[in-house]
Amino acid sequence: MECVLGVVGRDFAVVAADTSAVQSILVHKSDEDKVMVLDSHKLMGASGEPGDRVQFTEYIQKNLHLYQFRNNIPLSTAATANFTRGELATALRKNPYSVNILLAGYDADVGASLYYIDYIATFHKIEKGAFGYGAYFCLSLMDKLYRPDMSVEEAVDLVDKCIKEIRLRLVVAPQKFIIKIVDKDGAREYARRAYTDSPSEAATVTA
Amino acid sequence: MSVSVLPPPSPAPLIFEYNGSAVVAMVGKNCFAIACDRRLGVQLQTVATDFRRVFKVHDKLYIGLSGLATDAQTLYQKVVFRHKLYQLREERDMKPQTFASLVSTLLYEKRFGPYFCQPVIAGLGDDDEPFICTTDCLGAKELAKDFVVSGTASESLYGACESMYKPNMEPEELFETISQALQASVDRDCLSGWGGYVLVVTPTEVRERVIKGRMD
Repeated sequence: MECVLGVVGRDFAVVAADTSAVQSILVHKSDEDKVMVLDSHKLMGASGEPGDRVQFTEYIQKNLHLYQFRNNIPLSTAATANFTRGELATALRKNPYSVNILLAGYDADVGASLYYIDYIATFHKIEKGAFGYGAYFCLSLMDKLYRPDMSVEEAVDLVDKCIKEIRLRLVVAPQKFIIKIVDKDGAREYARRAYTDSPSEAATVTA
Repeated sequence: MSVSVLPPPSPAPLIFEYNGSAVVAMVGKNCFAIACDRRLGVQLQTVATDFRRVFKVHDKLYIGLSGLATDAQTLYQKVVFRHKLYQLREERDMKPQTFASLVSTLLYEKRFGPYFCQPVIAGLGDDDEPFICTTDCLGAKELAKDFVVSGTASESLYGACESMYKPNMEPEELFETISQALQASVDRDCLSGWGGYVLVVTPTEVRERVIKGRMD
């Protein structure tokens, strides 16, 4: 029931994910951060097997830092995405990772970009995307409401509408979400969304 | 009165239908056309409507890869790597026939754990003679003089191409024919569609067009 969604706006990208860590009927914790800050200008939202998710995202993060130490310049978002895809593809027929990834980044020359990399290493550059059961509700909302060059407020409003829909329509829906943003000023947490008592009310109450 | 009962059909491998795809190539007069659909899906869910399946190897050689998208991307990277090495060593581009053999060998190396894709190779060979071929996921080459198809919409594509194809078409007429054949076929296949990329390659130029069809 994990949901990760991402949207590209005007010179920024937003990645949101639920913050529940669930195993069978037990909620281990409800403040698990699934959107890793890879470096100053990259975010990696991941969903899937918890062990694989943490292991793989940390592996990518450390390799990114190693590249920066060795070469004194950070890796671009496109190169990072292709590297991530390559690692997943190499592992696919040996020891596959069950992690779906939305990688968002900001480069000075290219602007903001978002990459869809699923657990079998299917790679595509996208403007909007989502993983998990939540995707069944979010993708069509995004198709209708997304416009290129949205402002931050508009993009976060779209994400909030998606969160509201997930809370309302998904059985055993995650209630709490984290929203992170990456733009020219860097990658950082933007907001968290907590649960409301009545899921049918506007889901814009912040923690 | 006896009723004959057919044996139950064997379940077709569903891995080839995971992402959905349609690729077709046709031969014209001193030219060829290669086209693909634009949908990237995960079974019933559409993820993207601008996914590219036809890739350039060199100016006069293109490869279209249908089937599982991740394997298509991996195979494309391997093939381009091998071609670049060939260019460094031989100081020239690969001929389409050689390239087809390369693809066939690469696929057969994974005989007991194959890449789940079906390539379509199209190129202009010696004297700019058009060459097309397709292979299955294990590398069995199938040469053709008129057209080759692959993907989830392949059966519809066979029918559409067979009825619409004429030999020795000029580039513009070839473009129309291949576009109509692609559109008609993917419209009958839920897993492929959302428009098409069509490339028409002549000895002097390459024209790529994005065609808009039924967006569903």
